[in-house]
Amino acid sequence: MIIDCKHVWNYLSEYIDGSLSEETREAVQLHLDHCEICSAILDATRNIIILTADDRVFELPVGYSERLHARLEKELNDKLS
Amino acid sequence: MLSMEGTSTIRNEAQMIEAILAGDTQLYHELIRPYERAVYLMALSYVKSETEAEDIAQEAFIKAFRSLATFRAEAKFSTWLISITLNEARGRLRRKASLREEPLEELTDDDRPVSPALLRDWREIPSEALERMEVRTLLRKAVEALPAIYREVFVLRDVEELNVNETAATLKISVASVKVRLHRARIMLQKQLAPVLKAAAPERKRRWFR
Repeated sequence: MIIDCKHVWNYLSEYIDGSLSEETREAVQLHLDHCEICSAILDATRNIIILTADDRVFELPVGYSERLHARLEKELNDKLS
Repeated sequence: MLSMEGTSTIRNEAQMIEAILAGDTQLYHELIRPYERAVYLMALSYVKSETEAEDIAQEAFIKAFRSLATFRAEAKFSTWLISITLNEARGRLRRKASLREEPLEELTDDDRPVSPALLRDWREIPSEALERMEVRTLLRKAVEALPAIYREVFVLRDVEELNVNETAATLKISVASVKVRLHRARIMLQKQLAPVLKAAAPERKRRWFR
C-alpha cells in the first residue's frame, strides 16, 4: 500500500497512539521513512503533545486546594447538623 | 493521572464511598484529593477565567458529594466526577449565553479536512523550555482557542491522560468520535504552534558553510 502525504496526515494521531492496524501502520511508516516533511510534522505534533501535558502549562491557582477543602468542610458539617 | 488507577485504588474508593455514605463524611476530603487537578482543568477548558473555573470545580465537588448515593459502583468514580464537572460547566455557559442572547458555541463535528503546518525539519523543544512563561502561555492559549468539542477531548486525552474508552464514557460520545476529534485537535495545535514554537525556541547555531 503506497500512500501520499495528505493520507499520512489523517493517520498521524492514531500512529502516535499506536492504534492503527498493522497494514496501515506499515504504510505510514514506509512513507515517513522517505518523507522529511511528514516526519517533521509527526515530530512537531508529538513534541507539542508532550509539552502541553506538562503540569507547568496549566497551573492550579495558588490556594485552590485549601479553598476547596474549606468550602467542602462547611458542606460536610452542614450535612451532619 | 486518572488512567493510572489500579484496581486497588478502585476498591479503596468503593470502600471510602460506602463509609462516607454511612456517615464518615470527613473521608470525602481524601476521596477527591487525586482529582482536584483534573476537575479544575476540565472546568478551565470551558471558561476562560481561573476564578470561574475554580468556582465550577468547587460546585462540582459539592454536587458530587450531595449525589454520592446515586453513584453506581460499576462506573469509575473519576469518570462520574468529570461528567458532573462537564454538566456544571456546560450549564453555566448555557445560562450565560441566554442572558446575553448569544448563540452557544457550535457543538457539531466539522468534516472539513485540517492540515498541519508544513515543516522541513523539527528540532525538539525540550521540557526545560517550559521554564519560560512565554512558552507556557503560547501552549495554553492555543489549547484555549480550540473549538469546544475538540478542546474537551484534547484535555481529557492529552492533558489528563485518560484513555480513549474513558474519554468516550466521560463525554458520552463514541470511541470513533473521540479519535476523530482528538486527531483534529492535535493537528490544529500543530498548525498553530509549530511555527511560533520554532521561532520561540533558542536560535540554532548557524552553519558556517551555508
